[in-house]
Amino acid sequence: MLEIKNLHVSVEGKEILSGLYLTVNAGEVHAIMGPNGTGKSTLAAVIAGNEAYDVTEGEIIYKGKNLLELSIEDRAREGVFLGFQYPVEIPGVSMTNFMRTAIDEIREYRGQEPLSAGAFLKYMKEKKELVEMHAKLNNRSVNQGFSGGEKKKNEIFQMAMLEPTLSFLDETDSGLDIDALRIVAKGVTALKSPDNATVVITHYQRLLDYIVPDFVHVMYDGKIVKTGDRSLALELEENGYDWIKKELEAKK
Amino acid sequence: MAKSEDIIIDEVTSSDYKYGFTTDIESEDIGKGLSEDVVRIISAKKNEPEWLLEFRLKAYRKWLTMEQPDWAHLKISPIDFQEIIFYSAPKKKKELESLDEVDPELLDTFNKLGISLEEQKVLSGVAVDAVIDSVSVKTTFTDVLEKKGIIFMSFSEAVQKYPDLIKKYMGSVVPPSDNYFAALNSAVFSDGSFCYIPKGVRSPVELSTYFRINAANTGQFERTLIVADEGAYVSYLEGCTAPQRDENQLHAAIVEIVTHDNAEVKYSTVQNWYPGDKNGVGGIFNFVTKRGLCKGHHSKISWTQVETGSAVTWKYPSCILKGDHSVGEFYSVAVTNNYQQADTGSKMIHIGKNTKSTIISKGISAGKSHNSYRGLVKVSANADNSRNFSQCDSLLLGSECGAHTFPYIDTANETTVVEHEATTSKISDEQLFYCQQRGLSPEKSIGLIVNGYAKEVLNQLPMEFAAEAQKLLAISLENSVG
Amino acid sequence: MSNKAKEIAINLKQDLLKKIDGNIKAKSNSEQAWLEKLRKDARAEFDLLGFPTVKLEAWRKTNLKSYLERKFDVNAIDKDLSSSEANTALMCEANKYDTDLYTQYNGHWMKGADGVTTYDNGTIVCPMSIAINIFSELVEPHFGKYAIDKGNALTALNTADFVEGYFVYVPDNVEHDRSLQMVNLIDSDNNIFANMRNLVVLGKNSKLRMLHCDDSVSENNCFINNITEISIADGAKLDLYKLQNKDNESVVITSTFVEQGADSNFASNTIILNGGLVKNDTKVLLNGRGANADVIGLYLMDGHQLVDNHVHITHAVSNCTSNQLFKGIVDEYAHSVFNGHTLVAKDAQQTLAFQNNNNIQLTKTSKIDTNPFLEIYADDVKCSHGATVGQLDTAAMFYIMQRGICERNAKMLLMLAFVGQVIDKIELPNLRASMTELVGKRLKGELSSCDQCSITCAEPDKPIHFEIDMSKV
Repeated sequence: MLEIKNLHVSVEGKEILSGLYLTVNAGEVHAIMGPNGTGKSTLAAVIAGNEAYDVTEGEIIYKGKNLLELSIEDRAREGVFLGFQYPVEIPGVSMTNFMRTAIDEIREYRGQEPLSAGAFLKYMKEKKELVEMHAKLNNRSVNQGFSGGEKKKNEIFQMAMLEPTLSFLDETDSGLDIDALRIVAKGVTALKSPDNATVVITHYQRLLDYIVPDFVHVMYDGKIVKTGDRSLALELEENGYDWIKKELEAKK
Repeated sequence: MAKSEDIIIDEVTSSDYKYGFTTDIESEDIGKGLSEDVVRIISAKKNEPEWLLEFRLKAYRKWLTMEQPDWAHLKISPIDFQEIIFYSAPKKKKELESLDEVDPELLDTFNKLGISLEEQKVLSGVAVDAVIDSVSVKTTFTDVLEKKGIIFMSFSEAVQKYPDLIKKYMGSVVPPSDNYFAALNSAVFSDGSFCYIPKGVRSPVELSTYFRINAANTGQFERTLIVADEGAYVSYLEGCTAPQRDENQLHAAIVEIVTHDNAEVKYSTVQNWYPGDKNGVGGIFNFVTKRGLCKGHHSKISWTQVETGSAVTWKYPSCILKGDHSVGEFYSVAVTNNYQQADTGSKMIHIGKNTKSTIISKGISAGKSHNSYRGLVKVSANADNSRNFSQCDSLLLGSECGAHTFPYIDTANETTVVEHEATTSKISDEQLFYCQQRGLSPEKSIGLIVNGYAKEVLNQLPMEFAAEAQKLLAISLENSVG
Repeated sequence: MSNKAKEIAINLKQDLLKKIDGNIKAKSNSEQAWLEKLRKDARAEFDLLGFPTVKLEAWRKTNLKSYLERKFDVNAIDKDLSSSEANTALMCEANKYDTDLYTQYNGHWMKGADGVTTYDNGTIVCPMSIAINIFSELVEPHFGKYAIDKGNALTALNTADFVEGYFVYVPDNVEHDRSLQMVNLIDSDNNIFANMRNLVVLGKNSKLRMLHCDDSVSENNCFINNITEISIADGAKLDLYKLQNKDNESVVITSTFVEQGADSNFASNTIILNGGLVKNDTKVLLNGRGANADVIGLYLMDGHQLVDNHVHITHAVSNCTSNQLFKGIVDEYAHSVFNGHTLVAKDAQQTLAFQNNNNIQLTKTSKIDTNPFLEIYADDVKCSHGATVGQLDTAAMFYIMQRGICERNAKMLLMLAFVGQVIDKIELPNLRASMTELVGKRLKGELSSCDQCSITCAEPDKPIHFEIDMSKV
C-alpha cells in the first residue's frame, strides 16, 4: 500500500529525514518510536503533504501512485489520514459543518452521491458512539475549547468518519490519561480492517498495550535504524534508546 | 505555501457580480444636475407640504457651504454633482392596487434578486417595501400590519398620510447639517420607508426594504425612518443591489431610528451594491448616515450589517444612548475584494446612566482592496456605570490588500468600563493544512474558515437573511479565499 | 479667546520668526552651510504652518491654544544665568542612579558638561552647540534625517531655532557600560520658550543606556520643545528612560525620532509624574530586518494636567517586532490622550506588532482619549491592539479590605500593581527602586505639587513603606 524509498526531507535547508525506507501493507499496524527530534512527526507531515517540508530526494508510492504529486486534499481523498499531534483550532466552524463539508467533498471526488442530511447525522452519531464522544458537536467549533484529551479523541472521531485507508497517528497518545488512552486505542482497533493500515507514532510503549503493532520501527537521525516486533517496544521501554545509539556507533 | 496560496486567492477573487443585470423598465427622470430648482421640482413631484420643501431648501443651502469629508481612509475620485440625475422613478401607469398590476419587468427583477414579492408575502411572512431607483414600488403585507396599528409604507406616502409623525421625527436623529452627505440627502431624498410601531406592539413579521438602483447616471437618495414607541419591537431588514455599470453611482442614504422606553429595534443590512469590476471600474459610492437614538430608558438598538458590495463604503451606523439603561449594538462583517474600499464602523455615544454598548467588527480584505474599521466610543460625564466592549478583527487574504483599525475612545466618567480589542491576521497555514488534510479543497477550506470567522456577526441576522449573507460571503470571496 | 490673548499668540509666532531671522543673519559666517540651509527651509515651513491647532488629527485632543496665549519670552535663555552661576543654584548634590550626569540648567550646560567629554572607548558626549561645529562630519549625516514630520510646525520651529541640546556618539562595537543621564532642568522666572535639539548616534553593534530627565522647580510659564533624533545602526541596542516631572504651568513637548537598522534594539520607557501639558511623540522607523522596538510608558496625572503620548511605529521591512504599552492613572481634572499607530508597510511580512493602552479613570471630571490605530498593508503579520478604560477592580478591593486593609491602602496597592508592569521593566535597579518610591509618593499625593526636583528627592536606598504588610496580599 505504501512504499517509501530513500526519502530525504529538509526544512529551511536543514535535513531532517535522510534516506528513510518504509513499507506498509494493507491490514498491518506499524509503530514508529524514537527519541525526540529524530524526524517522526516530519515523516507524518510529509505523507500528508505539508508544504513547509521540502522533499529533496526519494519517492513515496501509495496505492501505485506517486503520492508526492498529489495535493494535500487529494491525498486525503485517496484515504490518507493524519492524526495531528497538535490539532488545529478553527473558530466559528462547527464540527458538524466541518465533517459534512469534508465528507461531501470526498464523496464527490470518488464519484459518490452526497449523503442526505439525515443519513449524515445518523452516520455521525454512530461514529461518535464508537469513540465515546459525548460532547454535542454541532454547536462546538473545531477543536476550540476542547481539552487536550478531547482534541485527541476528536482526531480519532474524524478518522472514524472519513474511513481512511492509511492513517498516520502522530503522538495521539501524548497527554492522555489512561481512560482516554483506552478509548482512543479502542477506536483505532475497531477501525482496523484487512483493507487499511495504521501507523502510530509514539514515545511510549503503553499505547502498544492497546494497539498491538505488527511491526515496531525505531527512528534515529532521520532514518529507520531498527525494525522488530512488539518485543522491541518492550525492550526500548526497559532499556531506553542508548543501546541503539551504541549499536549504531559500533557499526560505524 | 505562499505561492500556491496566491494562486488560490487569485482564483477566489475573480468571481463576478451576480446582480449586475439591468431591467428594461420605463422610467422618468428630471435630467442631470442639482440646483435649488431641482430641489423644488422633486418636492413638487411628490406633492409635498410647504414645510418639507423648506426643510429640503434649508438642507440644500447648508450643503452648498460644506465640503466633502476627506478624513476616511479612502481614495474617492471626484464626484460631479451636475452629472447626476437626482430623481428617477419607474414610470407609473396608474396607482397600483395589487401585485398583479406591478410591471411584469419589475416583478421579474425582484425574482432575479431572489425576492419574489408574492412568494415572500406568502411563505416567510416578511413585509417588503421595494424601492427601485428612488421610488417605493410596492409594499406588501399592509393589511396584517394595519391590524396591529403598525405603519409601514413608503416615505412619500407617509408624508401625505402621517405628516405629524414625519415632521416630529424626521431629522431629529440625523439633522440635515450633520454631514455633507446627510445634507445632500435631506435636500434631494426621493423616497424610502417609514415605519412606526405603536406602544406595546411587537411586530409579528419582519419588515424589509429592498433597494435597487436601476437607471444609469442616477443617484439614489432614500431615507428610512423607524420609530418604536414605548415597549414596541421590530426587526427590520434592508437589502440592496445595483446593475453593473462602468460609471460610479452615488448612493447617499439616511436611516434614522428612534426608540422610546423599553422599545427595541433590530436593523439588519445585507449590502451588495455593485462593487465595480476586477479593475476597479464602476461601482456604487455608498455614503450612508445611519443613526439610532435610544431615547427612552431600557431601549435598545441593534445594527447588524454584512457589507460585501460597493466600490466605496463610508458608513458608521451609530447609537446615541440617551435613555438610562439603554443598549446599543453593532455587528459587522465587511468584505472587500479587488479594488473595493470600505471605511466603516460605529459610534456609540453614552449619555444615559447604565448604558451598554457592544461593537463586533470583522473585516476581510482580499485583492487590492482596503478595509478600515473606524469607530468612536464616547462616554459623557453623566453616563455612570456605562460599559462598552469592542472587538475589531481583520483578516487579510493576499499580500496586496490593507486592513486598518482606527478606534477612538473618549471617556469622561470614572465609573465607566471601556474595552477595545483588535487583531489582524491571515488564515493560518495550519488551519488550511488541517482542512485540506480532511479532504477539503483550498477554496472550500477558506470559505469555511471565513464563515467561521464571521459567525459571531452572522448569528445576529434573522434566519432567512443569514443564509443569504453566508452565500454572499462565499460568492464575494469565491476564488479568492486563500 | 480674548482679543488680547489672540494678540499674544500671534506675537509669539512673530517674535520667534524675528529671533530666527536675527540668528541666521548673525551666524551667516560662522554656521555650517548645511545647517544654515536646514534652518532657512524650516523657518519657511514654520512661517507657513503656524502653531498646530486641533484641526490636525495629531492635535485633535491636545489644544495648545490656551498655552500659546500665555506670556513667553523667546529670548529668555540668553538672558538667563550663565553656567557658572547655575552650578550653585542647583542643589543636586548626589547622583542617586549611578550614572554619568550631564545637566542643562535653563538651557545652559552645567560646569563639567559644557565641553566635550570623550570616553576611553571613543564615546563622545557634548553640547549640540559645539558638536555641530567640531563634529560636523558625525552630525551632518544624521541631523534632520529622522525628524522628518511634514506638516509638524513644531519640528520645523525646532530646527530653525534650536541653540542647544546634546550630542551622544557611540562608535561601532562599543558597549558603553556607564549609563548617561541627561537632565534638563528649568528654574527661571523669565517665561522660557526654548527649542532644544539632541542627537544620539549608535554605531554598529554598540550599546548604550540613557536617562533623559525633564524637570522644573518653579511655577512659571515655560514652553520646551525638545527633539531627539536617534540612529541605531545594525545590531546596536539603546535603552532610553525618560522621566518627566514638570510643574503644572509648564509645557513640554518632546519628539523622539528613531531609525533602526537590522537586528537592532530600541527600548524606551517614559515615566510622566507631573506636568502642565506634556506631549511625547515617539516615531520609530524599523528599517532593517530583525529590528525590535519596545516603547512603553506610564503617566500619573491630576489637577488640570494634560498628557499626550503619541507613538508611531513603522514596520518598513520584514521580520521586525514592536511592542507598545502605555498605562495611566488619571485623577481630578486631568486629561490623558494616547495615540498609538502601528503601520506595517507592504512586504513587511512576518511582522509582530502589539499595542496596548490601559487607563484607570478616577473622577468624572477627568478625561481619557485613546486611539490605538493599526494600518496594515502586509498579510503575513500578527498584530493586535487593545485599549481599556476602567476603574480599580471592585472584587479585588473587597478582597483586600476584607483582610483588614483600609480603603486608601487597598487602592494604593491595586494602583501600584497596575503600574507595576511598566516599572518592572526598568532594568537599572536603582532607578527601578526610586521609580517605585516616586510613583508611590505620587499616588499618595505627596508629589503632586512638586516643589522639588524629582531627581534630588529620590532616595533609592529607602524601601517603600506602607502601613500594611504587602506580603500578606
